[in-house]
Amino acid sequence: MSTLFTEPFFTALVLGALTAGLPLLLAGLGEQISEKAGVLNIGIEGMMLAGAYGGFLVAYHTGSIWLGYLGGALGGMAVATPMAVLCIRLGLSQIVIGMALTLGAEGTTALLHHFQFAQSYPRLPAVATLAIPGLSAIPVIGPALFDRPPIVYLAILAVFLTAYVFRSTHLGLALQAAGDKPEALDAAGVDVVRLRSLAVLATGCLAGVGGAFMAEVGAGIFVPFMTNGAGFIGIVLAMQARGRPFGVLWGALLFGACLSAATALQVAGVSIPTDVVQMLPFVAVLAVLVLLGRKASLPPALGVHYVRGGR
Amino acid sequence: MTDIRRPDHERRHEPPSGPTTTPASEDQAAGNPPGRRGTGRAWTRLALMTLGPVMGALLLSGLLLLALGVDPIAYYGFVLERGLINAYGLQATFTRMGTLLLIAAGLIVAFRAGLWNLGGDGQFLLSAVAVAALAPLLTPHLPIALVLLAGLLAGAAVGAAWSMLPALLKAYQGINEVITTLMTSFLGISLANVLVKLAFHDPATTVPQTRTLAVADRLPRLFGTTVSSGLLLGLGAIIVVHLVMTRTAFGLKLRVVGANPRAAIHAGLPVPMLTVAAFAISAALTGLAGAVEILGVQGNVRADWNPAYSLTVIPLVFLARFNGFAAIGFVFLFSVLSIGGESAARRTGVPNFFTLVVVAILLVMLGIAEYLDKRHRTARR
Amino acid sequence: MNQPRAASPPPPASPLSEPRPVISLDSVTRRFPGALALDRVTFDLWPGEVHVLLGENGAGKSTLVALLSGLHQPDAGSIRVDGRAVRIDTPARALDLGIGTVFQHSMLVPSLSVVDNMALGGAWWARPDRAGLARRMALVGAEIGITIDPAAKVGALSLGERQQVEIVRALLRGSRVILLDEATAMLTPQGAGKLGELVGRLAKRGIAVVFITHKLDEALAIGHRITVLRLGRKVGEIAPDRLASLGPAAATTEIVRLMFGSDDLTAPTAAPRRDRMAPPPLLVIEGLAVDDPVVPLAGIDLAVAPGEIVGIAGMDGNGQKQFAEAVAGQRRLAAGRITLGGTSLERLDVGGRRRQGLRYVTDDRLGEGTIGSFPLSLNLLLKDVGEPPFWQGGLERPEAIAAHARRLVEAYDVRTPGISAPIDTLSGGNVQKALLARELSGAARAVIFAKPTNGLDLQSARAARQHVRETANQGRAVILLSTDLDELLELSDRIAVMSRGRIVGMVANDEAARSRLGALMSGVAA
Repeated sequence: MSTLFTEPFFTALVLGALTAGLPLLLAGLGEQISEKAGVLNIGIEGMMLAGAYGGFLVAYHTGSIWLGYLGGALGGMAVATPMAVLCIRLGLSQIVIGMALTLGAEGTTALLHHFQFAQSYPRLPAVATLAIPGLSAIPVIGPALFDRPPIVYLAILAVFLTAYVFRSTHLGLALQAAGDKPEALDAAGVDVVRLRSLAVLATGCLAGVGGAFMAEVGAGIFVPFMTNGAGFIGIVLAMQARGRPFGVLWGALLFGACLSAATALQVAGVSIPTDVVQMLPFVAVLAVLVLLGRKASLPPALGVHYVRGGR
Repeated sequence: MTDIRRPDHERRHEPPSGPTTTPASEDQAAGNPPGRRGTGRAWTRLALMTLGPVMGALLLSGLLLLALGVDPIAYYGFVLERGLINAYGLQATFTRMGTLLLIAAGLIVAFRAGLWNLGGDGQFLLSAVAVAALAPLLTPHLPIALVLLAGLLAGAAVGAAWSMLPALLKAYQGINEVITTLMTSFLGISLANVLVKLAFHDPATTVPQTRTLAVADRLPRLFGTTVSSGLLLGLGAIIVVHLVMTRTAFGLKLRVVGANPRAAIHAGLPVPMLTVAAFAISAALTGLAGAVEILGVQGNVRADWNPAYSLTVIPLVFLARFNGFAAIGFVFLFSVLSIGGESAARRTGVPNFFTLVVVAILLVMLGIAEYLDKRHRTARR
Repeated sequence: MNQPRAASPPPPASPLSEPRPVISLDSVTRRFPGALALDRVTFDLWPGEVHVLLGENGAGKSTLVALLSGLHQPDAGSIRVDGRAVRIDTPARALDLGIGTVFQHSMLVPSLSVVDNMALGGAWWARPDRAGLARRMALVGAEIGITIDPAAKVGALSLGERQQVEIVRALLRGSRVILLDEATAMLTPQGAGKLGELVGRLAKRGIAVVFITHKLDEALAIGHRITVLRLGRKVGEIAPDRLASLGPAAATTEIVRLMFGSDDLTAPTAAPRRDRMAPPPLLVIEGLAVDDPVVPLAGIDLAVAPGEIVGIAGMDGNGQKQFAEAVAGQRRLAAGRITLGGTSLERLDVGGRRRQGLRYVTDDRLGEGTIGSFPLSLNLLLKDVGEPPFWQGGLERPEAIAAHARRLVEAYDVRTPGISAPIDTLSGGNVQKALLARELSGAARAVIFAKPTNGLDLQSARAARQHVRETANQGRAVILLSTDLDELLELSDRIAVMSRGRIVGMVANDEAARSRLGALMSGVAA
């Protein structure tokens, strides 16, 4: 067994954890913003898928990876907008509408893909990486951590930024209040509906970029249903992280490692059927829920529509 | 803390008043002025609330077709022709109804008990794989009737077993079942694939699929048509479910848990046990649907086969306001769309994903209709 | 209808008297579906004055607060601030106008610290100035005699402390008007007294205070001016000079006349019950303990004789709810024994205890007592689902259910459009009657009443009290949980005081009971 755990194995594992974990990180971070503000965002799977499609489409036509991420963000927000209108403004059930948007995004992206790319299945060129001088020369973790596409660094930066916003800005306090006691926030003169709508749009933006990353960097191609539950895993990550962005980061890396274990094992000469590998993250999620389920903390007003002076 | 753990759809998607309503809802009608005019208005409302979303969904999806360069009238005409008018199509529609009605019956049990069983697709596929693996093994040793019976029971048992993890987590740990059922669903779908490819594949063929049940060994067909007797199972199941939920003490207990879990505790109902029971029944019916699909229609399971029936039946059950009889109607309509859509996919080049979009639009339309209805009623008060 | 305002002289207490009111309402009307909450109400609010709004539940006090704090808008009439007509369409607008509100239910975010709650609503991208806010908080607090730890999580503060935080917050935001909505409802008598002093100090600083209450003695002790509301109408106003000239006794008579139209409604439904020598106890609770993250119960002993009413007093949240639920079977006991007529109950579930004759009338009537969307007939049988003769072999028997419902509706005078009306379409008083019907009918032997008159109008409250009394008169053992001392003193034979999950004392209901209960509740005699 000692031959298994070689340097290429670890490099592959860390690299895979980052590549597979990054979409989860962005989804989980986005979901955390919604949940903090009191919105259970089941539509996030659809937002990721729309982001994946939007990202691929734009990157394919413009050849720019960065415009692709923008396309992904717009795709995610296109799904988030009806969620904000229907659930936050009109107060429809967040679960029913969330499911509807996920189904709708699955169907729509699959249809669009069918009419545009089903004949050719075009691929995107490999994405350039940005090696950080010095650090990328470290053995094992150097190439895996410090020679990655720039979006990876931005995503990690987003974790720090979110943590800063949550802890040290009025916006963070307002988000916390919107999920804990929206009437108090309203009484303090902040528009709860607007804040929650913005939170949902931010979720759509982050999830969309996460989806775009899957298509542009992870796969280099758009395939119908390609997110395969990553958004739902993001929901679990957000719940387990209990409102802390760094909790999402560690969770995403852990799940990413699960997903990439197969690749790493293949590097080490052990082959596992991909179907078994696909089961791993869900097994991991369920294990986490069984072991830590009680500790998942959710805001009291989560999923509850806010009506001013509700009688 | 408790709010998201209990869907309040029983309240929000309150069944409207009408002839086919449940005890829980017919009383809402009593809020309206009694007498003939009140009944007439209730009927109009029911029609608006039901047909409105359907028409809206067809209209919007038609616009989408236009945007994709497909003539919507020709498309829907073709769907109707292949799913309803054409004799073979109609028979296929009825056969599909059998499977979908069983799923709808399972969803009604869960939703009325306030439980979001969104894991139907995993329960369905695992049961299908189990039945597909078991039935061909039994045929040499048992009479066909017993094989079929064993298959149906096995399907129900596997479905129920696959729901136990979310059920127990929900009942005893209070963990949101939306997440756990979705997770077990994804897990079940992957596991079904693994089983087909690695454990139960048919050694006689290179295609990754299970052994095929001979056509003669499948569920009997009805009256010399190609309609599978699964239709009768489906109709029977949904009617029994409807009556149990509306006319029995057990059904009332489940509805109490669904409508107000705190009241259920106050009234001394064994909420955790009822939660597990509702999950088990719901998933067993979904598993039965998997068995019926294999024993009556497919005969085997191919790798990567996932019709995602459960997710698409959810909107139909909402549209029917959890009423079994209304669900029969909507499942019929959807079966036409689904069978016709499959033919249309081959002919018009609009892939089957299109029905997903229709269903999603339908759900959103339904939500908007409920919102408008509620606003209208508050305004009138 | 409105008393002529006799040239409203500036209040004597105010050093900053101005010639015009800071806020005036001019025949303001507000409707809700099916109800006229405020009907052409006119009143003025003067700086440096404590203006008490007095009225029963449903008199329109809370609606008035909602209008002034920007939660609702008037359907007719105008609101003037400093003489200018304004539209207070959002809570933010109310704050801008210098109107700060302390709501009945705390409007602080429990998961945030005190200082972060103060910071709420600042510019989105800015860093909250925590140190500066804490300094200003300390300054304002010192002026009005309050000290609060700015770093404390609000969730860990007592209700009284939360109110102080809210008052300081209102002042920090430059409020010239402070609305206090039923601020004393949840406080101990001592806490309420302190709040009264604080309000006096606020008025001395020139703040206009609106003090909303339904308690007459508080109004007289705190108010400079008293306005009485009844069923959405202003039925009278007593200006400061008149209030001073009337003296407490005459003012009381005057206010009672205004509030109730006649003064007999406040009279007890019967003479206070006398402590009778009772036969051996029927319901016995020994060493009861319950694990609970908020208020664990320990070592509770209680014995109730047939025909006896034992009251349990205490501020809300001292374990009354946990106690009632544990006895009723909704909660697991950590230790202890419960016997009813010699039969031990602690191993039975809710249904088993009910069959033995133990009943529990919950105060959370809509939250757990009933299912709003279900018909009245089924709500009347919520605790008997599956029992014959209403269900046979598990099958529903609609005729039996309907007959049972009609019988109870008749016997308990439940006003309803029909037995199949959803129970949430009934008024609060009628929902309570339905609950009483469900719990008191059949073979009840011991009944726990939790706050049986909470949130009810006067007539319904009277009816509910009558039911409590009759229940005891029929030889049943009664436990009455209430936060209303007057109610307990009117109905009970003995009164226990519950504090932090324990029974800290038991007093016989005699002349000295009130003062001894007050001492027990505030922990003096504990």
